[in-house]
Amino acid sequence: MTTSPDIANGELSAAFAALPGVDEPTRARLHARLVSAAAEAGILDVAYRTVDSPVGPLLLAATDTGLVRVAYAREDHDAVLERLASTVSPRVLLAPARLDPVAAEFEEYFAGRRRLFDLPLDLRLAHGFRRTVLSQLRRIGYGQTASYTAVAVAAGSPKAVRAVGTACATNPLPIVVPCHRVVRSDGAIGGYVGGADAKRTLLSLEAAV
Amino acid sequence: MARYGPMVLRVCRAVLGPAAAEDAWSETFLAALQAYPELPPGSNVEAWLVTIAHRKAIDARRAQARRATPTDTLPERPSSDGLPDGRDHDLWAALGRLPRRQRETVAYHYLGGLPYAEIAAITGGTPDAARRAAADGIAALRRVYLKGTVR
Repeated sequence: MTTSPDIANGELSAAFAALPGVDEPTRARLHARLVSAAAEAGILDVAYRTVDSPVGPLLLAATDTGLVRVAYAREDHDAVLERLASTVSPRVLLAPARLDPVAAEFEEYFAGRRRLFDLPLDLRLAHGFRRTVLSQLRRIGYGQTASYTAVAVAAGSPKAVRAVGTACATNPLPIVVPCHRVVRSDGAIGGYVGGADAKRTLLSLEAAV
Repeated sequence: MARYGPMVLRVCRAVLGPAAAEDAWSETFLAALQAYPELPPGSNVEAWLVTIAHRKAIDARRAQARRATPTDTLPERPSSDGLPDGRDHDLWAALGRLPRRQRETVAYHYLGGLPYAEIAAITGGTPDAARRAAADGIAALRRVYLKGTVR
């Protein structure tokens, strides 16, 4: 009877386990090669990268249509990518170069040199009334604020104040679609998908310029 | 891909040698990206990737055989020329000297982590035959690789 190699060859198993993994330059080279091959084959459906910002690392993800997701670290970038894989396409690849123009606009915005994001957007993650709200949000100018009530009125449903809050809380494109400019009528800052501190940071950045 | 990339690269290295491994790795993941939306949920991703890698390795060997000019073929076995990780090279080299069937079963089981039933489905034959091929391969590796081990 053959002895199971699993049991008899612990030392070889250890030697296999000790074989060097993939070093970083090799990993990066292989990854870059795969990204360009996938783009060429037309199967890079979601490209993503992260950028550092005064409100923490931001995940940026884009489809062929445009920017589809901006996510704060507190939303858990891995979880956000998993959801993109299940709702948009499982072909999600880290492809920083494809998001260079987007990253550049964010950098300019945080440096106070950009008042308006001029990017193609893919709003497929927002539906129905939430999407209507997002399009209203884009009318609130840089450095200005509006109340949840005012946005509800502008969106054509004056009573849907709570729904406006939900639309802001689930905004797939924070910062670019400026839900941080919506505050409570009593003057309180209100909630924010990136946290109240991030909201304050963005509002004071815009107020200072 | 970050999760399975290193495993697939090691399998490709073991089966094809270091020179052809990166091509096979890229081909495997491109094909995997293409086919991924059709992969039934709950599938064994490792087995699926190793299956694709196995087919790409067959393609690579055919292409290698077709190429006539010897300069197209890089040396398949790196020499252990006094590098600090010389022993790792020895293990890769020892793997490279195994007959193809043994090399595949050892790679898919020990580097890919697949059970012999899955391996048999990929390479053909029975799970028992796959187990024996791996055992023979391991025995041969023990002879050449562990012979010089100082303890």
